[in-house]
Amino acid sequence: MTALLKVEGLAKAYPGVVANDDVSFDIAEGEIHALLGENGAGKSTLVKMIYGLVRPDSGRMVLRGQPYTPAEPRAARAAGVAMVFQHFSLFDALNVAENVALGMENPPPMGHLAERIRAVSEAYGLPLSPERLVGDLSAGERQRVEIVRCLLQDPRLLIMDEPTSVLTPQEVEILFATLRTLAAEGTAILYISHKLEEIRRLCDRATILRRGRVVDSCNPREKSAAQLAEMMVGAKLSVPRRAASAPGEVMLEVAKLSLPSVNPFGTSLRGISFIVHRGEILGIGGVAGNGQDELLSALSGEAIASAGTIRLFGQPIGALGPGARRRIAVLSAPEERLGHAAAPDMSLTENALLTAAIRQGLAERGFLKWPAARAFAQKVIETFDVRTPGPGNVARSLSGGNLQKFVIGREVLQKPEVLVVNQPTWGVDAAAAASIRQALLDLAESGAAVVVISQDLDELMEISDRFAALNEGRLTPARPSRGLTLEEIGLMMGGAHDMEVPHAVG
Amino acid sequence: MIWLEKRAAPSRFWTVVTPLLAVALTMLAGGVLFAALGKDPVAAIRTIFWDPLFNAQFASYSRPQLLVKAGPLILIATGLALGFRAGVWNIGAEGQYIVGALCGAGVGLAFYPLEAWYVFPLMVLAGGLGGWAWAMIPALLKTRFRTNEILVSLLLVYVAEQFLASMSLGLMRNPEGGGFPGSRNLQQYPSAANPELISGTGLHWGVVVAFVALIMAYILLHRHILGFQIRLAGQSPRAARFAGVNANRLVVFCLGVSGALAGLAGLFEVSGPAGQVNIDFNQGYGFTAIIVAFLGRLHPVGILFAGLLMALTYIGGELAQFMLQIPAAAIQAFQGMLLFFLLGVDVLTNYRVRIGIRETA
Repeated sequence: MTALLKVEGLAKAYPGVVANDDVSFDIAEGEIHALLGENGAGKSTLVKMIYGLVRPDSGRMVLRGQPYTPAEPRAARAAGVAMVFQHFSLFDALNVAENVALGMENPPPMGHLAERIRAVSEAYGLPLSPERLVGDLSAGERQRVEIVRCLLQDPRLLIMDEPTSVLTPQEVEILFATLRTLAAEGTAILYISHKLEEIRRLCDRATILRRGRVVDSCNPREKSAAQLAEMMVGAKLSVPRRAASAPGEVMLEVAKLSLPSVNPFGTSLRGISFIVHRGEILGIGGVAGNGQDELLSALSGEAIASAGTIRLFGQPIGALGPGARRRIAVLSAPEERLGHAAAPDMSLTENALLTAAIRQGLAERGFLKWPAARAFAQKVIETFDVRTPGPGNVARSLSGGNLQKFVIGREVLQKPEVLVVNQPTWGVDAAAAASIRQALLDLAESGAAVVVISQDLDELMEISDRFAALNEGRLTPARPSRGLTLEEIGLMMGGAHDMEVPHAVG
Repeated sequence: MIWLEKRAAPSRFWTVVTPLLAVALTMLAGGVLFAALGKDPVAAIRTIFWDPLFNAQFASYSRPQLLVKAGPLILIATGLALGFRAGVWNIGAEGQYIVGALCGAGVGLAFYPLEAWYVFPLMVLAGGLGGWAWAMIPALLKTRFRTNEILVSLLLVYVAEQFLASMSLGLMRNPEGGGFPGSRNLQQYPSAANPELISGTGLHWGVVVAFVALIMAYILLHRHILGFQIRLAGQSPRAARFAGVNANRLVVFCLGVSGALAGLAGLFEVSGPAGQVNIDFNQGYGFTAIIVAFLGRLHPVGILFAGLLMALTYIGGELAQFMLQIPAAAIQAFQGMLLFFLLGVDVLTNYRVRIGIRETA
């Protein structure tokens, strides 16, 4: 195989951090090449340089034997490099064809374009009708719009940034089939992910980045997920293990919880029922935007429900606010770290105060005990290995993983009876994710009831005792996690309709 | 090319330096303005900032004026700063100031000519309550009907001004005033007067209350959970809700406190330096206090210095009008520049200025 793109000695430094240092690798035509690394390993910077969004400080790139120095994405596209971003740039109020046209240099007439969209989507097994409004599409379908937009330009290299984070298992299958078809036709694919199993299934070769440098490359099919993870992290991972135990008494009981969404774009909760026992972890899966935020708000007390719909030890607590729930040891950690779980411009000491003032006795008759607050923040930092110079630093100066450890640690150290967390390891590197999961397991072990809302199915399978899925504000009955197959999970997540994997490839 | 890069954390250095830089820039731009008006810029700046304090001829009159003018500014700005910290925008302190003065003076005039120790304390109470009640209008409309407190509180200033005019010409007019508008002079009614406490200093009860309010605000903001909630609600409303802060209660509290303090400022002014309720009683302290609050970084210590500085520009401005015939509008423009430059250079606190080749990302 000939090298389509050769990257030689690429380097890029930002003030205070070297994002990429002497990065070299190459991609062959028709190859599916994985770029693997923890958060902050330099994957994004590297692909941004390839796509012309960032100019390298030094090093060179060669595309099909020609020097390749894209000054902007337009130049990259002209040279045959296309990219599908993790976050879509689509207009909800426009239809599919109009959205595709907006991303093109010289869009053909609408009728003609719709024709081509239909042709491309059929050829690559990406069911998509050009007339539909983007606002009505699922995340998976929106991604297809982005992919089709790229494919219309006949790219030689397609860069995919964390494409499966928003997809159901069935949608992932459709995407993989498409990518394999593309590769078979000679298009190279640069696939960025930290989901090891996916990379092992899909990719021919993997380049592993750590702290901005290429540390290894391998054929991921020949390695186990654990080996890949070790290459990525550079240390052995402590994989949490769930000790099987008999369920204890019922602690949290949610019955027919319905709550209209405050936000017009949010999802209303409809008749949600579940119970959590002492010492148990209930995993709640589902594609983002199906009521996860709303469910957390209802459980944290930010959204007030009717009293009897949520009970702790049989006592109605649905009408209690966040402070009252903390008093009875019902704690929570929302998904959005900056601005919801923590105040970005406040110090860690102040952020400790944010949820711990009541249970840790950090205020006396309303007057704050700063030394006690500082000591509690320091305890969270030490216990959860939060990397920061000290509790006086502001929350937004911490990396995502470290802040998340702080947020989870802040709740865990308050000895909750019930802890509800939403996306506890979202955007967190593997080592931090492992320690957060371990903390949740330890908490359950010590007799708390834990509810983990997450989109990461691997995570839920790893730590939860029972699993339920949110779909358009409804929750499926919970089933024991052990023995659930991916198909069953997919069906629970409600992704089954109109998601058949196309067999014929035209 | 010049671009801005967000700092990892707000710079402490620039938090302190930006107000000083804003003052320096205001002097420069103000100098240009005065020069364009055909005045000697150096003389004008000196007249505004130096002469009121150190000129042998004027200082004996001007120095006490410093506290007289700074007192109400500091008192009002302290209350406003609490609200601004919480993201509650009371722009109508001028109206609460007027209503406080009317209520307080009304109580005093009702007791006239009774001489009793309790008259003045009752007036103080009425002044505070009047300002509080006027501020409760935007507070209740906001919490009940989601109206915008900026608009409601601002428009109520004009209502209060009409109210003031009607009182000066009607109900509160001095029956022995020979038909002139304006109430009896409270300075001449010992039980209701707010006199200069130490002769030659300008210190009156309003100044004392302003200092007490500053100290209380400092304790509230930095030592009390309510102050923490105020700061939290202003910085990240969603995190505040998560922390269990009741946003409506905070709106009522912040508008109530700032209204009451503005009302007190009005009462101390009407019973002290101004002496009487009259059509032209209000002189814009309620609006200038907004500048004072921001110039002082919404921090009690900062507000103390900012209040004194703004008072100086008032006194110096009058002096400049008198000595150099600089028009009053130019002085107001000069004060406005101060807020303008402050907000402008404020960006340095959160951003770093970079010069060079810009990344596209």
